[in-house]
Amino acid sequence: MTPDLQKRAAPWLHVAALAAIWAALIAAPFWMPLFGGYTALGSRVLVLGLAAMSLNFLLGFTGVLSFGHAAWFGLGAYGAGFVLKWAVLSSPVAVIAGTLFGGIVGALLGMLLVRRRGVYFAMVTIAFGQVFYYIAFQWSSVTGGDDGLRGFERQPLDFGAFRVDLLHDDRAFYYFALVCFAIAVTLMAFILRSPFGRTMIAIRENERRARFLGIPIEFHIWAAFSLSCFFMAFAGALYALLNNFADPRVFHYSLSGDFVIMAVMGGMRTFWGPLLGAIVFVVLQDYISSVTVNWMSFIGMLIVLIVLFFPRGILGLVERRTA
Amino acid sequence: MIRPIAALDRRTVVKAGAALGLAQIAAPFVISARGETPIRIGVDNPLTGTYAAPGKNENTGMLLAVDQLNAKNGILGRKIELQIEDSTSGDAGAAVQKARKLIERDNVDFLVGNVNSALAQAMAQVSNEKGVLHIVPGGHTDGITGVNCKWNVFRVCNTTRMEANSICPLLFSTYGKKWHFITPDYAFGHTLYEGCEANLKKLGGTVTGNELTPLGITDFSAYLIKARAANPDVLLVLVQGNDMVNCLKQISQFGIDKQIHVAGTQQELEPVEAMPPEARVGIWMFEWYWKQPGNTPGLDQFIADVRKRSDGKVPTARTWFGYVTIHAYALACEKAKTIEAKAVAKALADLEMPPEIKMQPNKVYFRGGDHQLMLSAFIGELMHKGDGDPENLFKVNHIVAGDSVAPPVSETGCTMQMPA
Amino acid sequence: MLQLTFFNVTNGLIIGAFYALMAIGLSLILNLSGVINFAHGGFLVIGGYLAYTLRPYIGFWGALLVAPFLTALIGLAVERLLIRRMYGRDPLYSLLLTFGLAFIIEDATRQMWGANGLPFSVPEALTSPLSSEFFFITGYRMFMVAMVAIVVAILFVLLRYTRIGVRIRAGTLDLETVSALGVNVRALRSLNFAVGIFLAGLAGVLAAGQIGLEPTMGDGLLMPSFIAIIVGGVGSLTGTLLGGLLIGVASGLTAVVFPSASEAVIFVMMALVLLVRPRGLLGEEGMMT
Repeated sequence: MTPDLQKRAAPWLHVAALAAIWAALIAAPFWMPLFGGYTALGSRVLVLGLAAMSLNFLLGFTGVLSFGHAAWFGLGAYGAGFVLKWAVLSSPVAVIAGTLFGGIVGALLGMLLVRRRGVYFAMVTIAFGQVFYYIAFQWSSVTGGDDGLRGFERQPLDFGAFRVDLLHDDRAFYYFALVCFAIAVTLMAFILRSPFGRTMIAIRENERRARFLGIPIEFHIWAAFSLSCFFMAFAGALYALLNNFADPRVFHYSLSGDFVIMAVMGGMRTFWGPLLGAIVFVVLQDYISSVTVNWMSFIGMLIVLIVLFFPRGILGLVERRTA
Repeated sequence: MIRPIAALDRRTVVKAGAALGLAQIAAPFVISARGETPIRIGVDNPLTGTYAAPGKNENTGMLLAVDQLNAKNGILGRKIELQIEDSTSGDAGAAVQKARKLIERDNVDFLVGNVNSALAQAMAQVSNEKGVLHIVPGGHTDGITGVNCKWNVFRVCNTTRMEANSICPLLFSTYGKKWHFITPDYAFGHTLYEGCEANLKKLGGTVTGNELTPLGITDFSAYLIKARAANPDVLLVLVQGNDMVNCLKQISQFGIDKQIHVAGTQQELEPVEAMPPEARVGIWMFEWYWKQPGNTPGLDQFIADVRKRSDGKVPTARTWFGYVTIHAYALACEKAKTIEAKAVAKALADLEMPPEIKMQPNKVYFRGGDHQLMLSAFIGELMHKGDGDPENLFKVNHIVAGDSVAPPVSETGCTMQMPA
Repeated sequence: MLQLTFFNVTNGLIIGAFYALMAIGLSLILNLSGVINFAHGGFLVIGGYLAYTLRPYIGFWGALLVAPFLTALIGLAVERLLIRRMYGRDPLYSLLLTFGLAFIIEDATRQMWGANGLPFSVPEALTSPLSSEFFFITGYRMFMVAMVAIVVAILFVLLRYTRIGVRIRAGTLDLETVSALGVNVRALRSLNFAVGIFLAGLAGVLAAGQIGLEPTMGDGLLMPSFIAIIVGGVGSLTGTLLGGLLIGVASGLTAVVFPSASEAVIFVMMALVLLVRPRGLLGEEGMMT
């Protein structure tokens, strides 16, 4: 069932679920420490969760398999970093700049990529992601190379009457990230509910039929791709602010893979699934890697298990039960 | 605190080790005051990926030091607890996350890390932000005790400048003035090259070429072809780790070492152990080596202790880095009579390492101006066939004092900002 | 300068032959089963380490023969237990599966053989160079090229002239019809996968002699294999072979003029091919869309 149908079936349930999600997110810095969490972890989950949701915009709702989406995430991060380092000392400007940088490059390159589909498309996206990785690595005079782009930090938000110190106050940054997250997520939901969003889903369900209905497939796929790039770059810019640096690893295909896993783990066909997946994946990885040096095996096995037995993800299971 | 269940629980290992250490003492053990909280040391080092081997060796040295200290009543009468996290070998985001976790959630008093200098710098930003004492055992980029020096950050291993300064004069006088370089194309490589080039120019030599190789490349043949064509006196191999292994293998396979003298700056036992015997060629510098000429106090015991913890293998420079890191911290705390970060930092500056800790000739101390340890450079040559001891792969010829090759603080670019 | 260029082209062909070996194995699996094997590098590593372990007992030549077969057996087990279940589904899942598998393999090899690199010497007979002039053409590298040439030739012969080979090639074009003709498609896929993994294992043993053993050694070889396939054309094994050789030569030539870009140039080639001829040099229209 699409989220929309669910809403019609039991609207109060839908509203209650939404309220619960937002309440938990807003109160996170307060209840997390009770479970051994810490605010910086929450910020990280939020940013990576947004990235997973951005990927899912393309993957889950349009059915296009991009396994190199970290490329746009990375461009957003470096874009924000460049601005903070050399142009304007302002966090919001950096975020917007990063978003535009990643989004525009993504939209341009998207024109090259969207003619392919399926497995071949996935391979090409992986390879393209690695191109950016190499550029970030080699062009060290501009990007800082292996050391990454450094020497910048989050700037406080100046509202005239008062300032919010994003740098030293972890909680302040968490709420800043939450506000950004809310904006992005609302926009995403709005798009998905619009006729454009419906078309995306139609293409996912049956591309051939959609084509026979006269829908310009290539354009829609390109548009969905580009939009997801903008959202991805937005998450990337936030990531640069979270870390106060940008390093080449933000382009690597292993990060792309992590995002795909988060989306699948949480539930690819659902809206909030990827966030849930991000929470589980980040927290689990954080915990397991503290406990054993063989955490890679555990994460690998988790991925295999999910793929074999829970392909619809956590929310997918829940949906099936309530359906 | 979350209690881990896995059998590979590090805290259990530390406690078991401490118990063993206790059992070995003949003298009666003084029970510390009830309610005394342990001193927590957070280690954020690679346990997976390309730097897993040096990371593991550094940890071995640290664990040994912790057990030794805990057997003798810890630091200022408090037990030491080591919390080890995997920073990964290249994910700065993860390293920073772990650093934050150690500082915010686990409330560590002291942060240690990282083998990867980029990660070390990222962590230093966090430790500085939070005012936690931080020692970098094995991250080499010059900035850590140079342009990016910080009041709370200290470093054990060499800078690239120290390395270049220690070996270049010797190479010039012994082998000749035309040098060709194979340099890894990233910050560390570039600064290493600059240091060597500066030395060479000062001595009056010439650079016949500098091949910048991408990190992780496995086939150096193209670069070696060019190097051979340039006909230099010395071929300096500046690549590290696995790249070093491959490059030296190919050098010996192509027979280049028979026509050109091969040398380099930094060498480590980890990659050397991974090389087949015929690839062990050239003149190199180690930051510490286990087989030293003459009699060094504490060395034999150290080697024996490390062998027990590493399946019979000898300590490497990395093991020693970790060992010194923990002992230096303990000594500084004892000197300052507190574990408060600013006081310990003050005590650590200019602190000299006693003989059983430094295990080398020459004075070894943390220079006050830039917080860089003045460790000696062990210069010598790799051996194909050893000297009868199959474990001894390197022949130490000179041990040069650190402070004689380190550039003065004014040249490092470090302007230390002390906290209010 | 001319001599330098000639040297580098020859050198590039040697490197390219190795890329081609990896890429052909990957391509076989991709073409018939539609699976992007992210764990291909992992199987290379397994092959290398198995050779290292077997060597004290059966010598270098024995290890060279046996290790790839053992690796292929492991691959077969993985295919039957795990990958087989992915065939009907969205290609996303097989991609994720092999991705997770790669993690497990890396950790397992680190656990079993340690994090530090291990030396792997080649037999004395192979070490000396062809001549002092052509010093970079060592006996071992000639041997590697010869091995690759032999194995690839055998593969092509098998694919062209044996029944199974014909079935595999037919299956690449239209698996449904092949199945309808009564061929046991499941067994065919398993065998195909095992052959692909055999090539990876062989590449591992050869690599061990060249670059030594280390748990992460497969990572750097995965990307060039992908690009060899994209450049050469998806669906065409000859194309993949050509693609591998081409990127090897490009890499070698770039090292002459612009050394630090020698690895990046293969990505530039990929971008060019995608712009000018998206199906790849020898690719067939309609493959993998």
